[in-house]
Amino acid sequence: MEYLIGIQGPDFVLVAADNVAASSIIQMKHDYDKMFKLSEKILLLCVGEAGDTVQFAEYIQKNVQLYKMRNGYELSPAAAANFTRKNLADYLRSRTPYHVNLLLAGYDEADGPGLYYMDYLSALAKAPFAAHGYGAFLTLSILDRHYRPDLTREEAVDLLKKCLEELNKRFILNLPSFTVRLIDKDGIHDMEKLPVGPK
Amino acid sequence: MALSSVLRSESADFADSFNQPFAHGCGLKQAGLGFGEAVDDSLNFAVKPLGEGDEPERKIEFLHGTTTLAFKFQHGVIVAVDSRATAGSYIASQTVKKVIEINPYLLGTMAGGAADCSFWERLLARQCRIYELRNKERISVAAASKLLANMVYQYKGMGLSMGTMVCGWDKRGPGLYYVDSEGNRVCGDLFAVGSGSMYAYGVVDSGLRHDLTVEEACDLGRRAIYQATYRDAYSGGQVNLYRVHSDGWERVSQEDVLQLHIKYESEKA
Repeated sequence: MEYLIGIQGPDFVLVAADNVAASSIIQMKHDYDKMFKLSEKILLLCVGEAGDTVQFAEYIQKNVQLYKMRNGYELSPAAAANFTRKNLADYLRSRTPYHVNLLLAGYDEADGPGLYYMDYLSALAKAPFAAHGYGAFLTLSILDRHYRPDLTREEAVDLLKKCLEELNKRFILNLPSFTVRLIDKDGIHDMEKLPVGPK
Repeated sequence: MALSSVLRSESADFADSFNQPFAHGCGLKQAGLGFGEAVDDSLNFAVKPLGEGDEPERKIEFLHGTTTLAFKFQHGVIVAVDSRATAGSYIASQTVKKVIEINPYLLGTMAGGAADCSFWERLLARQCRIYELRNKERISVAAASKLLANMVYQYKGMGLSMGTMVCGWDKRGPGLYYVDSEGNRVCGDLFAVGSGSMYAYGVVDSGLRHDLTVEEACDLGRRAIYQATYRDAYSGGQVNLYRVHSDGWERVSQEDVLQLHIKYESEKA
């Protein structure tokens, strides 16, 4: 039901998430933000079981901020991703595993942009593009077909729009709007919410 | 904060965040607000979001035999609830108070297990009072709902059944949060909870505007609950209406659904 997507360019990462917060068959909220700001240049996109998502994401968020307070500098995106994965893995075989699927997107001064895919079994993969949810089945092939590592920002947004149009066309569920953000060396930028098709 | 640590010490220990508390044998067949656990309850169909698990059955679950709703508008928050309690298909009571007065400026609604709702909201009232004493200012609606959500999250999966809306007025204006025992906590302008919620959504969605007058907003809330009780077997009794404004909440009215029916029918004619 929920959908996350990330596309990495040569000096930016573009991420988008749907805005629906659902409970059974009812949309409780149409403008729900599924992105959590871990630091000035790192975003964590989190979907999954009710309650687990917010609790886990806030836990990671606070710990990343605590690291900065203790040490005076921030965790890099790669370090944050591995920290997140380790936490997921530690809880996986406990009595309270977190059923969450994540995308972590960030920009590092030294390594550049990075997009990390994590799932509820605590897999971690750095990828040029990634998606979560049923919508991923429909859109990963579009990304495979049209993605190039040297995408410009406009081309990345167009590629994202292609994916969202496909969802609107073929996905059985209505996902009317998406929050879109871009991370580059200047930080996190909000882009216009993408409404695709008739609202 | 697990229940045991909340009751034991005032300075809640955040370090042992995932201490599994002693789970009482939860009797799921409470004569509460119709969490229909009766074996022959045919109205039990549930759809599981994110079918990543391996559940072979997919059912739509209309939980919590009740209808409660709340919405924000320019003059505050309207809270409207029905008053029927069911145990399976037996109507246990038609005069249940489903709005819980947490403190003079915060209200909570009740859907799901009656004991769960009233107990946890009473505990929330205690935590809100402690906050007030420590910080010398009223607790915000966001913080109160977060306290409640964190408390019940500890018991996730252990059979708590609670779908509540925390409504109040704080320095940011009217506040409305939906919190449930699954772990959801969502801020919004309009929520309806319970088996009759879909019917209520239909009426409120088509009539809600930000610039309603107090009278119009009360009528809308009343009408929505009435329509839900008309269609949903598990909702009925009376419509209890509250309004939250900048000075706190006030009880607006209590009207029997049958009287409302007669009134609306005569207006149609």
